[in-house]
Amino acid sequence: MEIEKPYVSSELDKAEGAEIEALIAASKEPYPDPVAWLDEEIKRNVLLTSTEHVIDWGKRYSVWPVLLGLACCAFEMVAAAASRFDFSRFGMEVFRFSPRQADLMLVAGTLTWKMAPALRRIYDQMAEPKWVIAMGTCTISGGCFRGSYSVVPGLNLIVPVDVYIPGCPPRPEGLIHGFMELHRKVLKDKLIKKEKDD
Amino acid sequence: MTKQLSGPEVAQQIGEKFPDAITGSDETAVFVRSEALLEVARFIKESLDLDYLNSITAVDYIDYFELVYHLTSLENNHSIILKTKCDERENPIVPSVVSLWQGADFQEREIYDLMGISFEGHPNMKRIFLWDGFQGHPLRKDFTLDVPGGGKAT
Repeated sequence: MEIEKPYVSSELDKAEGAEIEALIAASKEPYPDPVAWLDEEIKRNVLLTSTEHVIDWGKRYSVWPVLLGLACCAFEMVAAAASRFDFSRFGMEVFRFSPRQADLMLVAGTLTWKMAPALRRIYDQMAEPKWVIAMGTCTISGGCFRGSYSVVPGLNLIVPVDVYIPGCPPRPEGLIHGFMELHRKVLKDKLIKKEKDD
Repeated sequence: MTKQLSGPEVAQQIGEKFPDAITGSDETAVFVRSEALLEVARFIKESLDLDYLNSITAVDYIDYFELVYHLTSLENNHSIILKTKCDERENPIVPSVVSLWQGADFQEREIYDLMGISFEGHPNMKRIFLWDGFQGHPLRKDFTLDVPGGGKAT
């Protein structure tokens, strides 16, 4: 079989470098936390409430995470999935390796600038509704690598984050607590998005 | 246990063949001029049967860079350290040893990436860890960042 275009790695390098530089230039401000769920109950649409509740209940118990174990936090994530802590109790048993089948991006570990475009692409490929959990200090803020030349100082510079789970690494109990918080958030999700009051 | 060859003895052997190449020696290491590095490396590879390059390291002493080559003979179970200096800071160039030890390929690229030392004769001299377009070489002592991570501090 003949390959039409010869493999020129310098062109690939340039393309990759340009993508990372563009992302760094675009990632100066952190995404604000999605906090619409904190609104008062009274503001919710009364007519849709029952339907909404059932749909949100269904979404809550079928959150499928996409596997993004970037560093050592991934082992706590694996431990939380294994039989001792067993987060399949919450309907999360299937780790999806395809972003198109996942609802939750579980970012566990240090995010480097070289990985950031790939992470952003995975986020963009996930179907709505989607949520993001930042697990561990490195993911949240860069942690002890914050002053480094290669580490992203905060996941919220790249994607909006729903739940932050601090710890280095957080224990599986901490991770499960984070899931509980996410479930609370999913339960308060609205089918009809209202304009902000301000 | 691998036997450490004596630096002065190896330096003497090299000195008989290349009188100008040696700048000094200590218990375990031989210091050579960077211009003569490739010839000396080829010579001791053959005469001492040094078939394995454990690692190449670059050290930034601010006044100069030092490259450290750990060489081992798997056949005879002995080892020697070869060191060379590079005074130039703006555009340091050292001969590549990829033609002698294939294992030098990625390590020389790593040193180029993080220390900014170019290797003359390397088949693919470009960055290996950092991306194309990264400014500077981060393991140098004078490397500084304006903003942590290149992003905005929050």
